[in-house]
Amino acid sequence: MSDKEWPLYEVFIRSKSGLSHRHAGSIHAADDQMALDAARDTYTRRQEGVSIWVVRSSEIVASDPAESAAFFEPAEDKIYRHPTFYEMPEGVENL
Amino acid sequence: MNDKQALLAYVSRLGDNALILGQRMVEVVAGYPELEEELANANFALDYIGQARMFYAYAGELEGKGRGEDDFAYLREENEFRNFLLIEQANGHFGDSITKLVLFDAFYLLLLEALTQCGDLRIAEIAARAEKEIRYHLRHNTQWLIRLGDGTDESHERVQASIDNLWQYTGEMFAVDETDERFANSFNGPDLDAIRTEWQANIKAILDEATLRMPEDAWMASGGKQGRHTEQLGYLIAEMQYLQRTYPGANW
Repeated sequence: MSDKEWPLYEVFIRSKSGLSHRHAGSIHAADDQMALDAARDTYTRRQEGVSIWVVRSSEIVASDPAESAAFFEPAEDKIYRHPTFYEMPEGVENL
Repeated sequence: MNDKQALLAYVSRLGDNALILGQRMVEVVAGYPELEEELANANFALDYIGQARMFYAYAGELEGKGRGEDDFAYLREENEFRNFLLIEQANGHFGDSITKLVLFDAFYLLLLEALTQCGDLRIAEIAARAEKEIRYHLRHNTQWLIRLGDGTDESHERVQASIDNLWQYTGEMFAVDETDERFANSFNGPDLDAIRTEWQANIKAILDEATLRMPEDAWMASGGKQGRHTEQLGYLIAEMQYLQRTYPGANW
């Protein structure tokens, strides 16, 4: 066994048709196929999913926490972007 | 041997193969080199034990003496188990385990496919469920065999040795005995000759991709299907049955 760790992969599971994939967790694997298998064996043991995406964690481009003020705070006082000024018709579900 | 006896013998043998292999795999739970592979192995072991339960429950009904799955698993002697010698072999190193699983799963998958078409509805139903599980096991374990065979010089050498060592136990899977023959004739059971041809072609393709050499067919060990086992099985059974033998009827 080598001392080198296998690369980290992020796992996304779609729980049923129509919903989108959600981040479920991460696993280590030596290649893409192994990552898919490991994700299946780790995160869908209790029928959690109908589709799996795996992506190498190193391939994800993420926002920088140090820049979060510039990134996210400008949206704080833009309440007019929320659709809260509409009257809700009676009987509409799933809103 | 009449048809009913053959059916009972056939079903409990299917249960024996599933149980003994499942128990073997349980031995390495918490002992695998990577957490993810560890989980996969435990899942696979549970798949096998689940299959054994279904086969044994059916065997108990066929027998009609009030014995259930636990009686078959925990209260029979070594020579009453009719599993293949191949699957009772010790786990060895990771490459040994993977090789054993590929050799058996490639056979078992073909057997289960044939059993879904057999004349006994209950077996056909169990086989249809088990087939999906084993198809995934084979896919997963085949990838490992290819990685090891086509990996480093050391992994190639070690897994080639695994194949050379285990090959002598593969002949038994295709050796037709009276139970197989009756089950084939009376219940439209699997044609083991046809399965052998397909198994050899499939294994050859896997080994080619893994850059491994397929051993020549030479002397083959046999006896498991008749209850004559290698010394490996005794230790496995002793551990598996310890609790029920020491505390009869223990439950929780």
